[in-house]
Amino acid sequence: MKELEPSYAAVGVNVAAGDAALASDEAARMSRFEVAAYRLSQWLRSPRPYLMLLGFTLFIGFWYLTVEVWKLPRFVQMPGPTAVIEEWLSPDPTYGLSIYSPEYYQHIWVSLRRVSIAFLLATATGVPLGLFLGWSQRFKEYVFPVFELLRPIPPLAWVPLAIIMFQGSETPIIFLTFLASFYATTLNTMLGVESIDVSFVRAAYCLGAKRRQVFWHVVVPGAMPFIFTGLQISVGVAWFSLVAGEMVSGQYGLGYLINTSYTMVQYPTMVIGMITLGVVGYVTSAGVRIVGNYMMQWRARELAMGGDQ
Amino acid sequence: MTSEPAPAYEQPIAPPAPSAPRRPDASRKGQIRIENVVKIYGSQTAGICAVDKCSFDVPAGKITVVVGPSGCGKTTLLNAIAGFHSITSGRIRLDDAVLCGPGQPKADPGPDRIVVFQNGALFPWKTIIDNVAFGPVVQGRLNRRESYEKARAMLAEAGLRNLESNYPGEISSGMRRRVEIARALMNDPKVLLLDEPYRALDSLTKSVMHEALLETFDRNQVTVFFITHDLEEAIFLGHRVVIMTTRPCRPKKILNVDIPHPRDYSVLTAKRFREYLDETVQAVHEEALKAFAAGERER
Repeated sequence: MKELEPSYAAVGVNVAAGDAALASDEAARMSRFEVAAYRLSQWLRSPRPYLMLLGFTLFIGFWYLTVEVWKLPRFVQMPGPTAVIEEWLSPDPTYGLSIYSPEYYQHIWVSLRRVSIAFLLATATGVPLGLFLGWSQRFKEYVFPVFELLRPIPPLAWVPLAIIMFQGSETPIIFLTFLASFYATTLNTMLGVESIDVSFVRAAYCLGAKRRQVFWHVVVPGAMPFIFTGLQISVGVAWFSLVAGEMVSGQYGLGYLINTSYTMVQYPTMVIGMITLGVVGYVTSAGVRIVGNYMMQWRARELAMGGDQ
Repeated sequence: MTSEPAPAYEQPIAPPAPSAPRRPDASRKGQIRIENVVKIYGSQTAGICAVDKCSFDVPAGKITVVVGPSGCGKTTLLNAIAGFHSITSGRIRLDDAVLCGPGQPKADPGPDRIVVFQNGALFPWKTIIDNVAFGPVVQGRLNRRESYEKARAMLAEAGLRNLESNYPGEISSGMRRRVEIARALMNDPKVLLLDEPYRALDSLTKSVMHEALLETFDRNQVTVFFITHDLEEAIFLGHRVVIMTTRPCRPKKILNVDIPHPRDYSVLTAKRFREYLDETVQAVHEEALKAFAAGERER
C-alpha cells in the first residue's frame, strides 16, 4: 500500500499524530471519486474478495457432492447444481422456465413491483412516524404501546384478515409486505432519533434555532444512519413477507413460482426461483445502501479517512 | 456580589490588555452574576445537592476559569447559565437581565451565551462552512449570502480557510474545536461557555489551542466562562480562577491572576506563574482529597 498510495498513507499517519494542517490539505484534495477508487483498490488488495469466491465455491461444491456424487438419501429429491444451471440457461427448458422465457421476467417484475410499492409506502409512513416517536415523548406514550403490541404479530397471521379487508389478490399481498417493512423502518428511525447526542440538540438551541429548526437540522440528519440501517432491514423483510403472501394468493411472482413448481414437481424451477429471489433481494438491498451512502456523504468520507470517531 | 462585601482575597482585576480590541463595543458587556445558586437533583429533601449557595461574578470581557474536582458540579453551573438545566433556588444574571431565578427556574438557551462542548458538537452532517453559518441563518439575523460571507471571513481569520467544504469528521479534533469557537463567535455572543473543551486533546495540540484561544479572545474581548481541571491551563488562560469545593460546589478560593494579556508560553516558566500554580494546587488538592474520601464513603 505504501509505495502505491503515498498520499493516503500520509493522511492516516498525520491524522493519528494530530498534525492537522497537512491532513486537512490532503482531505480537501480528495474528491469523492478518489475516495471510492481508494476503497475499491483496498478491497481488491485485501483477502476479502477471494475469500468470498472461495465461500461460494465451497457452497456449490458441497451441494454438488451431496446431491450428484454421494447421492445422500436426504438429498435424493433435490436437483443438483448442474440440473438447475442447465435448466436455467436452456433455450428450451424441460419445465418451461429459463432465462429465455419472458414469463421468468414477468415473475421477477411482478414481485419487484409489489416490494417496491410496499417498501415506498412503509418508508413514507414509517420514517415520519419514527421521527415523531423519537422526538415527542408525549406522542410516544400514546402510540408506542400499541405499536409494540402489533409488532410481534407475524405477517402470516395477518393473511386471513388481509384477504377479508382488501379486494383482489394484489392489495392483500402488498399490505402484508408493507407490514413487516413498516415495523422495521419505524423502530429504527425512532432509535435513530434517540441515539442523537444531546449536545447536538443543545448546540442548535444555543445557536438560536427554534424547535422546528432543530427538528430539520439536527433530528432528521442525525437519525439518518439509523434510518438507512432500518431501510436495509426493511427491504429484506419485505421480500420475506412478500413470498409468504404470494404463496397464499396471487398469479405471478417469485413466491408463487416457487410454490407452484413445488406442487407440480418441477424441482429445478423451484430452485431457480429461490436463487433468483436471493439475487434480486441482494440487489435491492445494495440499492438502498448506495442511496444511503449518497445521502450521507459526511459519513462515507468520515469512514474513508479511516477514522472510527 | 452586590449585597455582600467583597472577600479579602478579591483583588482588583488586571488592567485590560494593551492590544486594541477589534470591536470596541461598550454596550456588549456580558457580566454574569451568580447569586446564591442552589441545585438539587431529585427531590428537595432526599436529592443530591450539586451546587450549594454558590455566589461569584464572571467579569465582563475577561476569562474566568472554574476549576474543581471532577463531579463537583461545575458543569451543572454551566448548564444553568446556558439554559439546559433549571436551578433550585438563587439567581443568575447576565448584565441587567435575570436569566433564571425565582419564578423562572430555567433560562432560555440563546445565542448571547454559546456553549462549546466537552466532546465537541459540530454537526457531523454539515460541512464546516454550513456549521459556521448555521447560527445567523436559523436566527434570521443575516440572510444566507451575508452569513456565508461572514462565515468565510471568520474561518479565514482563524486560519481555517481551506476547510470550508470538509465535514467535521475529516479534520483533526484540534481543528474542530477552533471551528466550533468560530461558529460561536459568528453570533457575537456576550458570553462563551467552554466546558472542558480541550480535555480530549493531547498536550501538544492543547498548547496550540490555548494560544489560538487567547488570540481569538484578544480580538473579540468576549466574556469567557471556562471549565477545566487542568490547573496550568486555568492559570495560563484566566484573568480570574475560581476554585470550587467538592460536591456540593461553591467557590473555595477566587484568584485574580495578575499576569497581563496577551500571554504566551513564556509565562509558564515565570516565577509568578509558579506561585499562582502552587497556591491553586494546594487548594485543589485539599478538595480532591475530600472528594476522594467522600467517594470511598459512598461506596
